[in-house]
Amino acid sequence: MMRIVELKVEDTVPDGQAVLGALGVPPDRDPSDAVVSVLEEALAEFGRLAGPMGITKHVSTDEFARVYDGQGDNESPSPLEEIFPRAERLTLFAVTLGPALSSRVPVLFDEGRLALGTTLDAAASEGAELAADRLERVVMTDLLSESLIETSWRTLRYSPGYCGWNMTGQRALFAALRPEEIGIELLDSCLMEPVKSISGVMVTGAPEIHEFDNTYAFCSQCTTKACRARIRSLREPAE
Amino acid sequence: MDILAQIATELESGGDEKVRELTRAALDSSIAPSTILNDGLIAGMDVVGNRFRDHEIFLPDVLLAARAMNAGLEVLEPLLGESDMTSRGKVVIGTVKGDLHDIGKNLVGIMLSGAGFDVIDLGKDVAPARFVEAARDSGAGVIGMSALLTTTMPAMKEVVTLLEQEGLRESVRTIIGGAPVTEEYARDIGADEYGFDAANAVERVRSLLRS
Repeated sequence: MMRIVELKVEDTVPDGQAVLGALGVPPDRDPSDAVVSVLEEALAEFGRLAGPMGITKHVSTDEFARVYDGQGDNESPSPLEEIFPRAERLTLFAVTLGPALSSRVPVLFDEGRLALGTTLDAAASEGAELAADRLERVVMTDLLSESLIETSWRTLRYSPGYCGWNMTGQRALFAALRPEEIGIELLDSCLMEPVKSISGVMVTGAPEIHEFDNTYAFCSQCTTKACRARIRSLREPAE
Repeated sequence: MDILAQIATELESGGDEKVRELTRAALDSSIAPSTILNDGLIAGMDVVGNRFRDHEIFLPDVLLAARAMNAGLEVLEPLLGESDMTSRGKVVIGTVKGDLHDIGKNLVGIMLSGAGFDVIDLGKDVAPARFVEAARDSGAGVIGMSALLTTTMPAMKEVVTLLEQEGLRESVRTIIGGAPVTEEYARDIGADEYGFDAANAVERVRSLLRS
């Protein structure tokens, strides 16, 4: 069953240090007063404009297999191809910070307010991830309260465009989930609008199902290697 | 410190109002607009670009400096003749067809302008033919393309192919960048250069237009 979740803005406001980090400022460097001032203004704009919403749908393994297969463009083998059949729960999701925030950034650029526009963009990217984290907690809390999942199980999110799941997989995901219900549209290029949106699948199961070595053929092209930190997080106590 | 050095220093600190005020003062002192531009504004922006390249300052500092540069340019532009604007070359930039991400491309444009290049920014969702047309019509020596989606990257190869078909391959060089783009991909599609960040892109454009 599909569920729409209205999230609280305060749960998605990013930490200033995280925003500066996203802009390439190392944590051990003190930003200038001017940069701090821009950061504060960007976070205020974020609070004023963000309208976080999420949509979720629990699916069976077979249903997700059809979504994942999509247009047949995925890499094979891939981590998710090997993970999802071992999952206990699969939940399609999409989350957005809303159109007002996404459309504010180009306006700031047009006004010549480059630092504020870029900082707000970075804050919105961080905020979108926090919105997805929050949505995940809402979903998992509900499943726990209904005893549908074990406390020892862990959830990680996977999105089209990463780890061998081709970007074109967005089309099958959108067809199954209908994020248009919360105002997210999918363009022909598979870009989502509003641009500060995230979609994918929440995979819940025993922690070890998420573990894999980043030795797939496409791993050499990955610049972030974010999977390593995600897998390490499985060994930390669940929140 | 002479006034031009003061302009450069204030620009490096992102002091847009101070740069505007000092630029006016420099004009009042009968310093030629082109001298203020080259020895004040561009000189300051060169230092900013080098410090960014060397990881001494970071993106927000660069953007504040760019705003300060624009503040000075607003004062000078009505007074600058065409011959005063000594350009280091013309560069067409844009985000490729189907892609709407433009923050990175905007930053490259800012840094290229700050480095003294004429930038023709076509915006986002730019068709391959439009890149080639803009380069041909403007006499640009470089086309810079940005993509943040793997589904839109193939448009970069279309531009390279079109340049070949139109006999422009030798006179118009290409540089590509964006999160999913790699140096290997640039080689595969026949692009001349790959820029891994904005500062690097400026360095590569410099070398493309020198060669």
